[in-house]
Amino acid sequence: MSLAARLRSREGALALIIAVLAGAVALRAPTFLSPHNILVVLTDTSFLFILALGQTGVLLTRGIDLSVAANLALTGMIVALTAHALPGMPIVAVIALALLVGLGLGLINGFVVAAIGVPPIVTTLGTLTIYRGTIFAIAGGRWLTQSDMSAAFLGFPKATVLGVPALLWVAVIVAAAMTVFLTGTRTGRAIYAVGGNPVAAHYCGIRIARVQVLVYAISGALAGLCGYLWVARYGIAYVEIAIGYELTVIAACVIGGVSIAGGAGSVAGALLGALFLGVIVDALPVIDVSPFWQTALSGAVILAAIVVNARADRAGGKIILPEARRALRAGAR
Amino acid sequence: MNAPPPVVAERYRVADRAPHRPADLLLRWESVLVLLLAAAIVVNTLISPHFLNVYNLSDATADFSEQAIIALPMALLILVREIDLSVSAIIALASLAIGLCSRAGEPAWLLVAAALAVGALCGAVNGALVAVVRLPSIVVTIGTMSLFRGIAQVALGDKAITGYSNAFQSIGQGAVLDWPPLPASFVLFLLLSLVFGIALHRTRYGRALYAIGSNPVAARFSGLPVDRARFLLFVLSGLLSGLAGALLTARIGSTRPNIALGWELTVVTMVVLGGFSIAGGEGTIPGLVLAVFLLGTVTWGLSLVNIPAVEISVLVGALMIVAIALPILLRRLTRHWRPETAAPLRSRSIGNDDVPVSNRDFPDPEGASTRDQ
Repeated sequence: MSLAARLRSREGALALIIAVLAGAVALRAPTFLSPHNILVVLTDTSFLFILALGQTGVLLTRGIDLSVAANLALTGMIVALTAHALPGMPIVAVIALALLVGLGLGLINGFVVAAIGVPPIVTTLGTLTIYRGTIFAIAGGRWLTQSDMSAAFLGFPKATVLGVPALLWVAVIVAAAMTVFLTGTRTGRAIYAVGGNPVAAHYCGIRIARVQVLVYAISGALAGLCGYLWVARYGIAYVEIAIGYELTVIAACVIGGVSIAGGAGSVAGALLGALFLGVIVDALPVIDVSPFWQTALSGAVILAAIVVNARADRAGGKIILPEARRALRAGAR
Repeated sequence: MNAPPPVVAERYRVADRAPHRPADLLLRWESVLVLLLAAAIVVNTLISPHFLNVYNLSDATADFSEQAIIALPMALLILVREIDLSVSAIIALASLAIGLCSRAGEPAWLLVAAALAVGALCGAVNGALVAVVRLPSIVVTIGTMSLFRGIAQVALGDKAITGYSNAFQSIGQGAVLDWPPLPASFVLFLLLSLVFGIALHRTRYGRALYAIGSNPVAARFSGLPVDRARFLLFVLSGLLSGLAGALLTARIGSTRPNIALGWELTVVTMVVLGGFSIAGGEGTIPGLVLAVFLLGTVTWGLSLVNIPAVEISVLVGALMIVAIALPILLRRLTRHWRPETAAPLRSRSIGNDDVPVSNRDFPDPEGASTRDQ
């Protein structure tokens, strides 16, 4: 793909906008683009990267997972309580527990959506309130703070490998795995097929219910993983952590061009959408804008992004195969 | 021996309304809600001696009447396959408008008018983005939700506006009559649900909404102004959110940036529990009113026995999922012994190979193909 073609693509355009935005911020505060600060921004955005990737899989199948933030908070609390009760727990076991609990919560969503047939928005709206309430039930409104957590438990997300925090490494690994999975495996392509045209996918022999369970399971497991990382990074677990974050996650996907109508979207898009929101959040204090502007600005950005994306959608159809895309460009020229 | 009825003639005759059978009445969703409501009242009366106290009951209605008022337009939006997640943010913005007018020393009626105007304006923004720019409503309203609440946050910072006049606060705190001491918000909800019920079930505008929700393309080709209806419903949703914002601000007597946070989810829960299908074209206002009372009774009863609100929400979430799942499971069971209903048009059980899949099962959330041309 030529550079011009790359820039014309949605991901390319978004990357360009992010670069311009970061450049503009750097004009006022040159330290914003220092290698150290770039690393800080990327690390701050890691949760959004990971959760947006999980959400992308769900959105691709025409579903939606509103329960991710509640899953994150519940898993975070369960992991924190377990680690508090078993101080000698190795960090690998903690991570495995977080993945398993998150996976279980995701499987509940997947089962209700795929096997029973409750619409995804209703299912995950219901599990959102159930998961949040369960935190209160198991913790009794208690707050777990740094003093309740071991040094190893708190240290993992901040531990650096090659100068990069483990939290960011986790996001990188998840992104690489999702790229390979969505573009390079049969099941990954089936996810696109289910969202693109469920009826056609069904007649192609794709088991739609299995694909649906899978995407909610992935989204749940990643939310669970973020649950541990979140609690360890901020050193606190209580009922309301990450409240309302599910909408930020969906916003990141939408800005990145993942269609809420299913079947269209890419890992790169979701990552860039998350990065865009991350840059805004971290840039505001740098350019002395009150943090109270954050919510209003991200709302305006979401609206601008969907208007732009909708225009791009209308210009052409949903072409997801790279070969077909190339053929179209060759034909256009 | 009865000969099998001739089916050829039936094929081209579509009944406007299905024939009534006594059994059908019991199978209606509203009947299930009535039974659940009765059970909730009985259980509440048994577990708490304070439940059947008129003063307690009228007090309890204030807690959910404001949400219930927004549930009415939300039900119509969901009926036509749209959704408005920005309602609670509109409340915040309406409350801000009230606060600013109050600081300027305006009279109480103008505060309410300001809230209504701001609400309708916000609704018009949503409506224009959905019906004119043609964007999916779920994404639009996630965006405007951040935008509207963000504006309130920018204006308020971490401060609150208080010190409302008694004339204004009495709108939210006073009772309409001496006995029963019903709050104004509850009386307004009852009146509005009557208006909505008549409009939806007894006028051609209501029929048009069912037509749009069942099949927007067919509705458009039948000459119905689909986009205009969408736009007006969003304005209505904004207007009534503004009204709810005025009632809530008057009741709690302050404007804070996080006012009514998360209400949109409770409101959607009410609507879905009331029998409105997220896929559109289904649901009734009596069902919605029953669901509002059911949720109100359950929440109030549990809080009387000191169960914290967070734990009640677990029950409400579970209630919603079970309420939607149960009819689907029952339909699947009954399909085997009622062959005349064996081929439902809206089968969702795509896991079985013997059941045809319909695109209706996967409504296109962008509705790209259904816009007015």
